[in-house]
Amino acid sequence: MNLFDIIFYFFAFITLASAGIVVFSRNIIYAAFSLLFTFFGVAGIYVLLNADFIAVAQLLIYVGGILVLLLFGVMLTNKVVSVDIKTGTLQTLPASLLAAMTAGSICGVFYATDWKIVQSVPDVSTTTHRLGEMFLTTYLLPFEVASLILLVALIGAAMIARRGKTIF
Amino acid sequence: MELLITVIKIVAVMGVMLGCVAYVVLLERRLSAAIQNRIGPNRVGWQGLLQPIADVVKLIMKEDIVPTKANRFLHDLAPLISIGVAMTTFAIIPFGNRISLFGYDIKLQIADVNIGILYILALTSLGVYGLTLSGWSSNSKYPLLGCIRSSAQMISYELSMGVSIIGIIMMTESLKLDKIVEMQAGWHWNIILQPIGFITFLVASFAETNRLPFDLPEAEPELVAGFHTEYSGMKFGLFYLAEYSNMFVASALITTLYLGGWQVPFVHSLGLSDFWISIVQVFGFFVKIVLMVAFFIIIRWTIPRFRYDQLMNLGWKFMLPIAILNVLITGLVILLI
Repeated sequence: MNLFDIIFYFFAFITLASAGIVVFSRNIIYAAFSLLFTFFGVAGIYVLLNADFIAVAQLLIYVGGILVLLLFGVMLTNKVVSVDIKTGTLQTLPASLLAAMTAGSICGVFYATDWKIVQSVPDVSTTTHRLGEMFLTTYLLPFEVASLILLVALIGAAMIARRGKTIF
Repeated sequence: MELLITVIKIVAVMGVMLGCVAYVVLLERRLSAAIQNRIGPNRVGWQGLLQPIADVVKLIMKEDIVPTKANRFLHDLAPLISIGVAMTTFAIIPFGNRISLFGYDIKLQIADVNIGILYILALTSLGVYGLTLSGWSSNSKYPLLGCIRSSAQMISYELSMGVSIIGIIMMTESLKLDKIVEMQAGWHWNIILQPIGFITFLVASFAETNRLPFDLPEAEPELVAGFHTEYSGMKFGLFYLAEYSNMFVASALITTLYLGGWQVPFVHSLGLSDFWISIVQVFGFFVKIVLMVAFFIIIRWTIPRFRYDQLMNLGWKFMLPIAILNVLITGLVILLI
């Protein structure tokens, strides 16, 4: 067990333990809050795998953006409306079926994919340079489509939030 | 040995930074006194120079009060997040060129991260958590209002902050901060090459540090003290320290990105040895930061606070379009030249 393995298991433990709290905690605020550590653990694993840009994007988007909004949603409904939100178990059968299907497909992808394993890591001094080049050449269409979808979602959210006014 | 050098660098930078932050508080009090035609603290030590030490001792001696129905764990955690984020940002700011000391070639930067600027943006986006959690866990109205304001403000201004940096990244073609500083050798400072970006970045960093024209999260007349109303003793002290460290780090960042970092013009024509050139550069970097901090303080005592809707209008309808325009202009210029 070398240093790489130890760090990997450390981050994997953080991710899994906090994800466990997210799922099993009865208090929805603790669940939302421990999601923070899950995202951190995943970001740590990205850094370990030399994917520093993805790690920072993970922090910027999920921790800095999405999770803040999520925490606010949870905190404000809990405080202002003063309804005690607790997590409960319902729809056990469809949920477990869906979970089993998701887990099965992830395992299928994991075993069916021909993973390209590099023994020695090539010099990745500037990952962002290569990534940017790929986005604007090989993967231009998916990149543009994804940004278009995000733009549509943004405009849609702004439209829905303007209540009381006729949209068209 | 590498590890030992890094540890020494961390300890030195942390020590210097904490000391500076303590004296930034004194500088603020003295400068604000001068602006308001008062004297300011001048009794503890010569010209009040020992005042920060007295303040810290006082804060440590105070009782730590936690509201009855507060969430104890998050209430304790929030100031730690605030101060932690403020301190770790300094890790990648280059405070000087290389220096040879006792036969070792030392780079005057704690960590040279590939993704440089993005790391700083990611960390500043974490700063919201300290404010949010402190406001919510206090179980009190005013902190809650303050924390909602702060999150809306920080998320809005993060955008224009990120977009205004893009101009620099396009010119440097690198996210590394030491490359950006190297680019600005001589008088090629980015403040001259990117004036629009400089202004938007400056305004956004005022908003991100919650300093006065944008200090709505703690607007005293409306919200008592905003998000840290329910804090006392050293936990309040940590928030106070975090605010001033944020200001110090923001000044260091503005210096690095726009004011040439550690570059001192004409230093090579003075005929000094390499060692002394490095020392002069570190000193120059420090002087630039102090001037920037003084600018932050003078603005605080000059410009009144915005109203909340004015703040949002400025952020979304003025700052963001201007920052995007700056990116377009930079791209056009790079294409044409």
